[in-house]
Amino acid sequence: MKKNEVPQDKSNLESANFKELCYAVDENGEYTTELSTGWSPKTIALNNAIEAINERVATSKQRVRDLKASPLEYYMELHKMDLSILASYVGIWKWRVKRHFRPAVFNTLNNKVLQKYADAFNITIEELKRTDL
Amino acid sequence: MEIDFKHKQAAHCENGVVANLMTYNGFTVSEPMVFGIGSGLLFTYIPFLKVNHAPVVSYRAMPGIIFTRFATRVGIKIKREKFRNAHTAKARLDENLKRNNPVGLQVGVYNLPYFPDEYRFHFNAHNMVVYGKKEDIYLISDPVMETVTSLTEKELEKVRFAKGAFAPKGHIYYPTAFPEKLQLEKAIIKGIKHTCRDMLAPVPIVGVKGIRKIARLVRKWPKAKGVKIANHYLGQIVRMQEEIGTGGGGFRYIYAAFLQEAGKLLGNNQLLELSKEMTLIGDQWRDFAVEASRIYKNRSNNVAVDQYDHVATLLEDIANKEEVFFKKLKKAI
Repeated sequence: MKKNEVPQDKSNLESANFKELCYAVDENGEYTTELSTGWSPKTIALNNAIEAINERVATSKQRVRDLKASPLEYYMELHKMDLSILASYVGIWKWRVKRHFRPAVFNTLNNKVLQKYADAFNITIEELKRTDL
Repeated sequence: MEIDFKHKQAAHCENGVVANLMTYNGFTVSEPMVFGIGSGLLFTYIPFLKVNHAPVVSYRAMPGIIFTRFATRVGIKIKREKFRNAHTAKARLDENLKRNNPVGLQVGVYNLPYFPDEYRFHFNAHNMVVYGKKEDIYLISDPVMETVTSLTEKELEKVRFAKGAFAPKGHIYYPTAFPEKLQLEKAIIKGIKHTCRDMLAPVPIVGVKGIRKIARLVRKWPKAKGVKIANHYLGQIVRMQEEIGTGGGGFRYIYAAFLQEAGKLLGNNQLLELSKEMTLIGDQWRDFAVEASRIYKNRSNNVAVDQYDHVATLLEDIANKEEVFFKKLKKAI
Protein backbone atom coordinates (compact mmCIF):
# COMPACT_ATOMS: atom_id res chain seq x y z
CA MET A 1 0.00 0.00 0.00
CA LYS A 2 1.35 3.44 -0.97
CA LYS A 3 1.06 6.29 1.49
CA ASN A 4 -1.33 8.20 -0.77
CA GLU A 5 -3.48 5.07 -1.12
CA VAL A 6 -4.26 4.82 2.58
CA PRO A 7 -8.07 4.93 2.53
CA GLN A 8 -9.84 7.93 4.03
CA ASP A 9 -13.41 6.66 3.86
CA LYS A 10 -16.26 7.66 6.12
CA SER A 11 -16.66 5.29 9.06
CA ASN A 12 -17.95 4.91 12.59
CA LEU A 13 -14.63 6.24 13.85
CA GLU A 14 -15.64 9.76 12.89
CA SER A 15 -18.22 10.14 15.66
CA ALA A 16 -15.50 9.63 18.27
CA ASN A 17 -13.02 11.84 16.44
CA PHE A 18 -10.70 8.89 16.14
CA LYS A 19 -8.19 7.93 13.49
CA GLU A 20 -6.26 4.72 13.17
CA LEU A 21 -2.67 4.23 12.22
CA CYS A 22 -1.73 2.36 9.05
CA TYR A 23 1.65 1.34 7.70
CA ALA A 24 2.39 2.33 4.12
CA VAL A 25 5.24 2.97 1.71
CA ASP A 26 6.20 6.53 0.74
CA GLU A 27 7.37 7.66 -2.71
CA ASN A 28 10.96 6.51 -2.00
CA GLY A 29 9.86 3.02 -1.01
CA GLU A 30 10.47 3.68 2.69
CA TYR A 31 7.97 2.48 5.27
CA THR A 32 6.14 5.15 7.18
CA THR A 33 2.83 5.56 8.97
CA GLU A 34 -0.31 7.39 7.99
CA LEU A 35 -3.58 8.04 9.79
CA SER A 36 -6.75 6.69 8.25
CA THR A 37 -10.33 7.72 8.91
CA GLY A 38 -11.64 4.34 7.83
CA TRP A 39 -12.06 1.94 4.92
CA SER A 40 -15.43 1.01 3.48
CA PRO A 41 -14.91 -2.80 3.17
CA LYS A 42 -14.47 -3.04 6.92
CA THR A 43 -17.07 -0.41 7.74
CA ILE A 44 -19.59 -2.55 5.87
CA ALA A 45 -18.42 -5.64 7.77
CA LEU A 46 -18.72 -3.84 11.11
CA ASN A 47 -22.14 -2.43 10.26
CA ASN A 48 -23.36 -5.86 9.24
CA ALA A 49 -22.12 -7.31 12.51
CA ILE A 50 -23.91 -4.59 14.46
CA GLU A 51 -27.07 -5.14 12.45
CA ALA A 52 -26.89 -8.86 13.25
CA ILE A 53 -26.61 -8.03 16.95
CA ASN A 54 -29.58 -5.66 16.72
CA GLU A 55 -31.62 -8.41 15.08
CA ARG A 56 -30.75 -10.78 17.91
CA VAL A 57 -31.72 -8.13 20.47
CA ALA A 58 -35.06 -7.54 18.73
CA THR A 59 -35.84 -11.27 18.56
CA SER A 60 -35.06 -11.84 22.22
CA LYS A 61 -37.08 -8.76 23.18
CA GLN A 62 -40.09 -10.25 21.46
CA ARG A 63 -39.49 -13.60 23.16
CA VAL A 64 -39.47 -11.87 26.55
CA ARG A 65 -42.69 -10.02 25.74
CA ASP A 66 -44.31 -13.28 24.69
CA LEU A 67 -43.10 -14.79 27.98
CA LYS A 68 -41.13 -17.40 26.09
CA ALA A 69 -37.85 -16.31 27.65
CA SER A 70 -36.77 -14.49 30.79
CA PRO A 71 -35.44 -10.92 30.57
CA LEU A 72 -31.94 -12.31 31.17
CA GLU A 73 -31.77 -13.46 27.57
CA TYR A 74 -32.66 -9.98 26.33
CA TYR A 75 -30.10 -8.21 28.51
CA MET A 76 -27.44 -10.72 27.52
CA GLU A 77 -27.97 -9.94 23.83
CA LEU A 78 -28.23 -6.21 24.54
CA HIS A 79 -24.80 -6.27 26.15
CA LYS A 80 -23.32 -8.19 23.19
CA MET A 81 -22.63 -11.14 25.49
CA ASP A 82 -22.99 -14.83 24.90
CA LEU A 83 -23.72 -17.56 27.41
CA SER A 84 -20.14 -18.13 28.52
CA ILE A 85 -19.39 -14.42 28.95
CA LEU A 86 -22.52 -13.88 31.02
CA ALA A 87 -21.77 -16.98 33.09
CA SER A 88 -18.29 -15.74 33.91
CA TYR A 89 -19.54 -12.25 34.84
CA VAL A 90 -22.04 -13.62 37.35
CA GLY A 91 -19.94 -16.58 38.46
CA ILE A 92 -22.66 -19.14 37.81
CA TRP A 93 -22.29 -22.30 35.75
CA LYS A 94 -23.37 -22.05 32.14
CA TRP A 95 -26.03 -24.74 32.40
CA ARG A 96 -27.61 -22.94 35.33
CA VAL A 97 -27.61 -19.60 33.52
CA LYS A 98 -29.23 -21.32 30.56
CA ARG A 99 -31.88 -22.70 32.88
CA HIS A 100 -32.54 -19.20 34.20
CA PHE A 101 -33.55 -18.19 30.67
CA ARG A 102 -36.76 -20.16 31.25
CA PRO A 103 -39.38 -17.74 32.67
CA ALA A 104 -40.72 -20.37 35.08
CA VAL A 105 -37.26 -20.88 36.59
CA PHE A 106 -36.40 -17.18 36.50
CA ASN A 107 -39.47 -16.31 38.57
CA THR A 108 -38.29 -18.53 41.42
CA LEU A 109 -34.83 -16.92 41.71
CA ASN A 110 -34.03 -15.27 45.03
CA ASN A 111 -32.71 -11.74 45.35
CA LYS A 112 -29.13 -12.84 45.91
CA VAL A 113 -28.92 -14.45 42.47
CA LEU A 114 -30.94 -11.68 40.84
CA GLN A 115 -28.54 -9.11 42.29
CA LYS A 116 -25.63 -10.83 40.54
CA TYR A 117 -27.38 -10.52 37.21
CA ALA A 118 -28.47 -6.96 37.91
CA ASP A 119 -24.86 -6.00 38.71
CA ALA A 120 -23.60 -7.62 35.53
CA PHE A 121 -26.06 -5.58 33.47
CA ASN A 122 -25.68 -2.46 35.59
CA ILE A 123 -29.40 -2.16 36.39
CA THR A 124 -31.64 -2.71 39.42
CA ILE A 125 -33.51 -5.90 40.26
CA GLU A 126 -36.83 -4.20 39.53
CA GLU A 127 -35.67 -3.27 36.05
CA LEU A 128 -34.35 -6.77 35.50
CA LYS A 129 -37.70 -8.34 36.35
CA ARG A 130 -39.74 -6.24 33.94
CA THR A 131 -41.07 -8.17 30.96
CA ASP A 132 -42.80 -5.21 29.23
CA LEU A 133 -39.61 -4.11 27.48
CA MET B 1 1.43 12.53 40.31
CA GLU B 2 2.30 12.41 36.68
CA ILE B 3 5.21 10.57 35.13
CA ASP B 4 6.93 12.21 32.18
CA PHE B 5 5.81 9.60 29.65
CA LYS B 6 5.91 10.07 25.90
CA HIS B 7 2.77 8.83 24.18
CA LYS B 8 3.16 7.62 20.62
CA GLN B 9 0.27 6.25 18.62
CA ALA B 10 0.73 2.73 17.28
CA ALA B 11 -1.22 0.46 15.01
CA HIS B 12 -1.39 -2.42 17.45
CA CYS B 13 -1.89 -2.05 21.19
CA GLU B 14 0.58 -4.62 22.49
CA ASN B 15 3.51 -3.54 20.29
CA GLY B 16 2.65 0.05 21.03
CA VAL B 17 2.75 -0.43 24.79
CA VAL B 18 6.08 -2.25 24.59
CA ALA B 19 7.61 0.33 22.23
CA ASN B 20 6.42 3.21 24.45
CA LEU B 21 7.62 1.55 27.66
CA MET B 22 11.02 0.85 26.07
CA THR B 23 11.29 4.44 24.88
CA TYR B 24 10.49 5.66 28.39
CA ASN B 25 13.35 3.55 29.72
CA GLY B 26 15.79 5.04 27.23
CA PHE B 27 15.77 2.41 24.49
CA THR B 28 14.20 3.62 21.27
CA VAL B 29 12.56 0.68 19.55
CA SER B 30 9.98 1.00 16.78
CA GLU B 31 6.63 -0.76 16.78
CA PRO B 32 7.45 -2.98 13.76
CA MET B 33 10.70 -3.99 15.49
CA VAL B 34 8.81 -5.19 18.56
CA PHE B 35 6.33 -7.01 16.36
CA GLY B 36 9.02 -8.72 14.27
CA ILE B 37 11.31 -9.73 17.12
CA GLY B 38 8.33 -10.97 19.11
CA SER B 39 7.27 -13.07 16.08
CA GLY B 40 3.85 -11.47 16.05
CA LEU B 41 2.90 -12.48 12.51
CA LEU B 42 0.80 -15.60 12.18
CA PHE B 43 -2.31 -17.04 10.70
CA THR B 44 -4.51 -19.39 12.67
CA TYR B 45 -7.98 -20.69 12.42
CA ILE B 46 -9.36 -21.73 15.79
CA PRO B 47 -12.03 -24.38 15.41
CA PHE B 48 -14.60 -24.94 18.20
CA LEU B 49 -14.21 -21.38 19.43
CA LYS B 50 -16.76 -18.82 18.33
CA VAL B 51 -16.62 -15.12 18.95
CA ASN B 52 -19.63 -13.03 18.11
CA HIS B 53 -21.33 -16.18 16.76
CA ALA B 54 -18.74 -16.68 14.02
CA PRO B 55 -15.55 -18.76 13.75
CA VAL B 56 -12.31 -17.15 14.82
CA VAL B 57 -9.28 -16.55 12.66
CA SER B 58 -6.29 -14.70 14.00
CA TYR B 59 -3.59 -12.92 12.05
CA ARG B 60 -1.22 -12.63 14.97
CA ALA B 61 0.27 -14.50 17.90
CA MET B 62 -1.55 -14.96 21.19
CA PRO B 63 -2.00 -11.85 23.36
CA GLY B 64 0.92 -11.24 25.68
CA ILE B 65 3.31 -13.58 23.93
CA ILE B 66 4.82 -10.90 21.67
CA PHE B 67 6.18 -9.01 24.67
CA THR B 68 7.42 -12.18 26.38
CA ARG B 69 9.33 -13.28 23.28
CA PHE B 70 10.65 -9.79 22.65
CA ALA B 71 11.90 -9.54 26.22
CA THR B 72 13.77 -12.85 26.27
CA ARG B 73 15.27 -12.23 22.83
CA VAL B 74 16.68 -8.77 23.55
CA GLY B 75 17.58 -9.62 27.13
CA ILE B 76 15.25 -7.53 29.26
CA LYS B 77 13.37 -8.83 32.27
CA ILE B 78 9.68 -8.23 32.79
CA LYS B 79 7.51 -8.59 35.83
CA ARG B 80 3.93 -9.69 35.38
CA GLU B 81 1.26 -9.83 38.06
CA LYS B 82 -2.36 -10.93 38.13
CA PHE B 83 -4.75 -10.45 41.01
CA ARG B 84 -7.65 -12.20 42.65
CA ASN B 85 -9.25 -9.09 44.03
CA ALA B 86 -9.61 -5.57 42.76
CA HIS B 87 -8.39 -4.01 45.98
CA THR B 88 -4.84 -5.40 45.91
CA ALA B 89 -4.73 -4.82 42.16
CA LYS B 90 -5.39 -1.13 42.68
CA ALA B 91 -2.96 -0.88 45.60
CA ARG B 92 -0.17 -2.45 43.54
CA LEU B 93 -0.83 -0.11 40.63
CA ASP B 94 -0.74 2.97 42.89
CA GLU B 95 2.47 1.70 44.48
CA ASN B 96 4.15 1.51 41.09
CA LEU B 97 2.97 4.96 40.09
CA LYS B 98 4.37 6.34 43.33
CA ARG B 99 7.73 4.84 42.44
CA ASN B 100 7.51 6.73 39.13
CA ASN B 101 7.12 3.48 37.22
CA PRO B 102 4.63 3.52 34.32
CA VAL B 103 3.04 0.09 33.92
CA GLY B 104 1.42 -1.81 31.10
CA LEU B 105 -2.09 -3.07 31.72
CA GLN B 106 -4.20 -5.71 30.06
CA VAL B 107 -7.85 -4.64 29.91
CA GLY B 108 -11.22 -5.47 28.39
CA VAL B 109 -12.53 -3.21 25.65
CA TYR B 110 -16.25 -3.41 26.38
CA ASN B 111 -16.32 -0.84 29.16
CA LEU B 112 -13.78 1.62 27.77
CA PRO B 113 -15.73 4.89 27.66
CA TYR B 114 -13.48 6.61 25.11
CA PHE B 115 -13.95 3.90 22.48
CA PRO B 116 -16.64 4.44 19.84
CA ASP B 117 -19.73 2.44 20.78
CA GLU B 118 -19.51 0.29 17.66
CA TYR B 119 -16.08 -0.96 18.66
CA ARG B 120 -17.00 -1.99 22.18
CA PHE B 121 -17.03 -5.76 22.07
CA HIS B 122 -16.13 -8.28 24.75
CA PHE B 123 -12.51 -8.41 23.73
CA ASN B 124 -10.17 -8.76 26.70
CA ALA B 125 -6.69 -8.54 25.25
CA HIS B 126 -6.35 -4.81 24.86
CA ASN B 127 -3.26 -3.11 26.29
CA MET B 128 -2.54 0.36 27.64
CA VAL B 129 -0.10 2.20 29.87
CA VAL B 130 -1.01 4.00 33.09
CA TYR B 131 1.45 6.83 33.62
CA GLY B 132 0.01 8.83 36.47
CA LYS B 133 -2.85 9.63 38.80
CA LYS B 134 -4.49 12.91 39.67
CA GLU B 135 -6.78 12.56 42.68
CA ASP B 136 -8.94 9.63 41.60
CA ILE B 137 -8.34 9.97 37.87
CA TYR B 138 -5.81 7.68 36.21
CA LEU B 139 -3.81 9.07 33.29
CA ILE B 140 -3.88 6.61 30.43
CA SER B 141 -1.77 6.25 27.33
CA ASP B 142 -3.70 3.96 25.00
CA PRO B 143 -1.47 3.27 21.98
CA VAL B 144 -4.31 3.06 19.47
CA MET B 145 -5.48 6.56 20.40
CA GLU B 146 -3.95 9.70 18.92
CA THR B 147 -3.61 11.41 22.29
CA VAL B 148 -3.54 10.42 25.96
CA THR B 149 -6.80 9.92 27.86
CA SER B 150 -7.94 9.29 31.41
CA LEU B 151 -10.18 6.95 33.37
CA THR B 152 -11.73 7.20 36.82
CA GLU B 153 -10.82 4.64 39.48
CA LYS B 154 -14.13 2.89 38.98
CA GLU B 155 -13.86 2.78 35.21
CA LEU B 156 -10.36 1.40 35.37
CA GLU B 157 -11.34 -1.28 37.84
CA LYS B 158 -14.15 -2.36 35.55
CA VAL B 159 -11.94 -2.80 32.50
CA ARG B 160 -9.17 -4.47 34.50
CA PHE B 161 -11.60 -7.03 35.82
CA ALA B 162 -13.57 -7.70 32.66
CA LYS B 163 -14.73 -11.31 32.36
CA GLY B 164 -14.90 -13.83 29.55
CA ALA B 165 -12.20 -15.37 27.35
CA PHE B 166 -8.67 -14.08 28.20
CA ALA B 167 -10.01 -12.34 31.33
CA PRO B 168 -7.29 -9.86 32.33
CA LYS B 169 -7.61 -10.37 36.11
CA GLY B 170 -6.00 -7.01 36.74
CA HIS B 171 -2.89 -8.06 34.81
CA ILE B 172 -0.04 -5.51 35.09
CA TYR B 173 3.43 -5.77 33.59
CA TYR B 174 6.56 -3.69 33.32
CA PRO B 175 10.24 -4.15 32.46
CA THR B 176 12.51 -4.44 35.50
CA ALA B 177 16.04 -5.02 34.22
CA PHE B 178 17.80 -3.98 31.05
CA PRO B 179 21.05 -5.00 29.40
CA GLU B 180 23.61 -2.29 28.75
CA LYS B 181 22.91 -2.43 25.05
CA LEU B 182 20.05 -4.16 23.28
CA GLN B 183 21.21 -7.14 21.22
CA LEU B 184 18.91 -6.49 18.29
CA GLU B 185 20.82 -8.41 15.58
CA LYS B 186 20.56 -11.84 17.17
CA ALA B 187 17.02 -11.15 18.33
CA ILE B 188 15.91 -10.25 14.80
CA ILE B 189 17.25 -13.51 13.39
CA LYS B 190 15.55 -15.52 16.12
CA GLY B 191 12.29 -13.66 15.57
CA ILE B 192 12.33 -14.21 11.81
CA LYS B 193 13.18 -17.90 12.15
CA HIS B 194 10.33 -18.40 14.57
CA THR B 195 7.84 -16.70 12.25
CA CYS B 196 8.98 -18.83 9.29
CA ARG B 197 8.57 -21.96 11.39
CA ASP B 198 5.07 -20.92 12.47
CA MET B 199 3.88 -19.99 9.00
CA LEU B 200 5.20 -23.20 7.43
CA ALA B 201 4.13 -25.43 10.33
CA PRO B 202 2.78 -28.85 9.35
CA VAL B 203 -0.41 -28.17 11.28
CA PRO B 204 -3.66 -27.97 9.30
CA ILE B 205 -5.00 -24.86 11.06
CA VAL B 206 -1.81 -22.80 11.34
CA GLY B 207 0.09 -20.62 8.89
CA VAL B 208 -0.09 -21.29 5.17
CA LYS B 209 -2.06 -24.47 5.74
CA GLY B 210 -4.50 -22.53 7.90
CA ILE B 211 -5.15 -20.08 5.05
CA ARG B 212 -5.86 -23.01 2.70
CA LYS B 213 -8.20 -24.49 5.28
CA ILE B 214 -10.15 -21.22 5.51
CA ALA B 215 -10.30 -21.05 1.70
CA ARG B 216 -11.89 -24.51 1.65
CA LEU B 217 -14.38 -23.46 4.32
CA VAL B 218 -15.32 -20.28 2.41
CA ARG B 219 -16.22 -22.48 -0.57
CA LYS B 220 -18.34 -24.72 1.65
CA TRP B 221 -20.17 -22.15 3.79
CA PRO B 222 -22.87 -20.93 1.36
CA LYS B 223 -24.03 -24.49 0.73
CA ALA B 224 -23.58 -25.82 4.25
CA LYS B 225 -24.72 -22.81 6.28
CA GLY B 226 -26.79 -20.69 3.93
CA VAL B 227 -25.85 -17.35 2.41
CA LYS B 228 -26.75 -15.24 5.44
CA ILE B 229 -24.45 -17.06 7.82
CA ALA B 230 -21.73 -17.42 5.18
CA ASN B 231 -21.73 -13.64 4.76
CA HIS B 232 -21.58 -13.10 8.51
CA TYR B 233 -18.57 -15.43 8.74
CA LEU B 234 -16.85 -13.76 5.80
CA GLY B 235 -17.42 -10.36 7.39
CA GLN B 236 -15.80 -11.58 10.59
CA ILE B 237 -12.68 -12.74 8.71
CA VAL B 238 -12.31 -9.29 7.14
CA ARG B 239 -12.82 -7.59 10.49
CA MET B 240 -10.12 -9.71 12.14
CA GLN B 241 -7.85 -8.80 9.25
CA GLU B 242 -8.46 -5.07 9.07
CA GLU B 243 -9.98 -3.79 12.31
CA ILE B 244 -8.06 -1.32 14.46
CA GLY B 245 -4.75 -2.73 15.50
CA THR B 246 -3.57 -4.54 12.40
CA GLY B 247 -1.92 -1.61 10.62
CA GLY B 248 -3.67 -2.87 7.47
CA GLY B 249 -3.55 -6.11 5.52
CA GLY B 250 -3.71 -8.41 8.54
CA PHE B 251 -0.37 -7.19 10.03
CA ARG B 252 1.44 -7.86 6.73
CA TYR B 253 2.38 -4.18 6.29
CA ILE B 254 3.81 -3.92 9.79
CA TYR B 255 5.85 -7.02 9.06
CA ALA B 256 7.09 -5.55 5.79
CA ALA B 257 8.13 -2.42 7.72
CA PHE B 258 9.99 -4.67 10.16
CA LEU B 259 11.81 -6.49 7.35
CA GLN B 260 12.89 -3.18 5.86
CA GLU B 261 14.22 -1.93 9.19
CA ALA B 262 15.89 -5.26 9.90
CA GLY B 263 17.46 -5.38 6.42
CA LYS B 264 19.06 -1.98 6.97
CA LEU B 265 20.26 -2.87 10.45
CA LEU B 266 21.80 -6.17 9.41
CA GLY B 267 22.98 -4.85 6.03
CA ASN B 268 21.06 -7.64 4.34
CA ASN B 269 19.74 -6.58 0.93
CA GLN B 270 17.70 -9.73 0.53
CA LEU B 271 15.50 -8.63 3.42
CA LEU B 272 14.88 -5.30 1.70
CA GLU B 273 13.68 -7.15 -1.40
CA LEU B 274 11.54 -9.47 0.71
CA SER B 275 10.03 -6.44 2.43
CA LYS B 276 8.76 -5.26 -0.97
CA GLU B 277 7.36 -8.71 -1.64
CA MET B 278 5.57 -8.75 1.71
CA THR B 279 4.00 -5.38 0.84
CA LEU B 280 2.59 -6.94 -2.33
CA ILE B 281 1.19 -9.84 -0.31
CA GLY B 282 -0.40 -7.28 2.04
CA ASP B 283 -1.98 -5.64 -1.02
CA GLN B 284 -3.41 -9.02 -1.99
CA TRP B 285 -5.00 -9.38 1.44
CA ARG B 286 -6.55 -5.94 0.92
CA ASP B 287 -7.87 -7.06 -2.48
CA PHE B 288 -9.39 -10.09 -0.81
CA ALA B 289 -11.15 -7.80 1.68
CA VAL B 290 -12.53 -5.66 -1.14
CA GLU B 291 -13.83 -8.69 -3.05
CA ALA B 292 -15.32 -10.20 0.11
CA SER B 293 -17.07 -6.92 0.92
CA ARG B 294 -18.75 -7.03 -2.50
CA ILE B 295 -20.38 -10.28 -1.40
CA TYR B 296 -21.56 -9.24 2.03
CA LYS B 297 -22.52 -5.71 1.00
CA ASN B 298 -25.96 -6.74 -0.14
CA ARG B 299 -27.54 -8.76 2.59
CA SER B 300 -30.00 -10.40 0.20
CA ASN B 301 -29.96 -14.13 -0.18
CA ASN B 302 -29.33 -14.39 -3.90
CA VAL B 303 -25.57 -14.29 -4.11
CA ALA B 304 -24.11 -16.53 -6.77
CA VAL B 305 -22.06 -19.35 -5.27
CA ASP B 306 -19.23 -18.76 -7.73
CA GLN B 307 -18.50 -15.45 -5.98
CA TYR B 308 -17.48 -17.39 -2.91
CA ASP B 309 -15.33 -19.59 -5.12
CA HIS B 310 -13.70 -16.46 -6.43
CA VAL B 311 -12.67 -15.11 -3.01
CA ALA B 312 -11.57 -18.61 -1.97
CA THR B 313 -9.28 -18.67 -5.00
CA LEU B 314 -7.81 -15.34 -3.90
CA LEU B 315 -7.06 -16.84 -0.49
CA GLU B 316 -5.43 -19.90 -2.05
CA ASP B 317 -3.31 -17.63 -4.20
CA ILE B 318 -2.20 -15.72 -1.08
CA ALA B 319 -1.38 -19.02 0.64
CA ASN B 320 0.83 -20.07 -2.30
CA LYS B 321 2.60 -16.71 -2.32
CA GLU B 322 3.19 -16.80 1.44
CA GLU B 323 4.52 -20.34 1.27
CA VAL B 324 7.13 -19.32 -1.30
CA PHE B 325 7.80 -16.12 0.64
CA PHE B 326 8.54 -17.72 4.00
CA LYS B 327 10.72 -20.41 2.41
CA LYS B 328 12.79 -17.64 0.84
CA LEU B 329 12.86 -15.65 4.08
CA LYS B 330 14.16 -18.68 5.95
CA LYS B 331 17.08 -18.94 3.55
CA ALA B 332 17.75 -15.19 3.55
CA ILE B 333 19.00 -15.07 7.14
